[in-house]
Amino acid sequence: MPKIKMPRSSPSLDMTPMVDLGFLLVTFFILTAKFRPVEPVVIDMPSSHATIKLEDKVMLITVDKDGRIFFDLGNPVVRQNMLKNMAERYPAVLQPQLTEDFVTRFSNLGSFGVPVAQLKDYVMADEGDRADLDKTVSGIPADSLSNELGDWIMAGYTEFVRYAKEEEGMTDDDLRKKGLKYAIKADGDTDYEKVKKVVDTFRDREIYSFNFVTSLEQEPKK
Amino acid sequence: MAEIVGNEGGGGGKHQKKRAKKGRVHIDMTPMVDLAFLLITFFILATTLSKPSVMEITYPKEKDVDDVDKTKVRDDLATTILLGKKREHLYFYHGRFKSDTTVLELTDFSKDGIRKVFLEKNRDILEKIKTEEKNYQENKITEEEFIKRRRSIKGDDNAPFVIVKTLDKTPYRSVIDVVDELNIANIGKFAIQDMAESEDITLRQTLAAAGEAGV
Repeated sequence: MPKIKMPRSSPSLDMTPMVDLGFLLVTFFILTAKFRPVEPVVIDMPSSHATIKLEDKVMLITVDKDGRIFFDLGNPVVRQNMLKNMAERYPAVLQPQLTEDFVTRFSNLGSFGVPVAQLKDYVMADEGDRADLDKTVSGIPADSLSNELGDWIMAGYTEFVRYAKEEEGMTDDDLRKKGLKYAIKADGDTDYEKVKKVVDTFRDREIYSFNFVTSLEQEPKK
Repeated sequence: MAEIVGNEGGGGGKHQKKRAKKGRVHIDMTPMVDLAFLLITFFILATTLSKPSVMEITYPKEKDVDDVDKTKVRDDLATTILLGKKREHLYFYHGRFKSDTTVLELTDFSKDGIRKVFLEKNRDILEKIKTEEKNYQENKITEEEFIKRRRSIKGDDNAPFVIVKTLDKTPYRSVIDVVDELNIANIGKFAIQDMAESEDITLRQTLAAAGEAGV
């Protein structure tokens, strides 16, 4: 009687397709992942039950605990144009300082919170120095006398619209549906007065709808 | 742990003839797969978590016209929230403000506090929305239609109108919390404004009566 032969090696499964798929997904996620940009200040956002997510095309105004205002607009090309646009609005202060290096560096930056006069020093500083500067900067002025924030908003908006129309071929109708959103991210302990100052600056420029950035509600409120 | 099966000639004796390698080479890919899926998991979580949620608030065009006195909001529909300097200072009154008779009621941010006030105030509207929601769930109307109807119900002339009044030193968190509660209660008509002088005085008196000194 012939013996039954036991299989010698353990059964092996061809995992190649799974590995292929796995790495395809990894590659996809690595390429699409957007890491949170470096933030100049720590913001303890209030929580809410809101479920709408923050969109990509957004002008972000950050207000920290002491009411300092920071400004951010994502796209590097728009940022370059915005800085040039801003230089035209401040011919005495910003225009003479405008160099190629300054513009390039500025376009790769995140949020900033300095008056126009100090902008170049801030942008040209090393990363470590900039982090130190962030602790002491005064924020973007938004008082009725010198409302630089308003000028940044207008410069950013103008250049965003131009870029969207010329480069991305968006029509007015597209812009109305998925144009620039205005996000305000403020610390929960900020006085409402400071946030109102930002909101009023927008309202003076005929922008009335805002996205207030909040964290997700976790524990019941006290 | 690269396991190579089929290579039997490796440890063989001297007398054995050298044979050409036969069979396929298997590499155990489990650790690699583990790593790949770990990375996938990480990136999935990282991408979704980095998007914070937002609350949309639309302000009226003109700055100070949406007062109860100036717009034609019916008294029985109006509720005003007064937010003081501290988070606990959360008062409200219904109807029109009269400095000598209006009594401010104290409430809080708990489930049984302001949420109850809003839900009660908005009961009729909530019922209407619920009916439409049922229609939508039973596929009687499309999602688009449902959203449209819900919006028009929320903006109805008979829908309650809430005015949130703030002081300069009101913490931003309180404002956001009130608006969050308004959204939960499906109240679509509300406005955020500065507190009027007379209301501020009444609020101070109320706080003083409650034993809060130096407000």
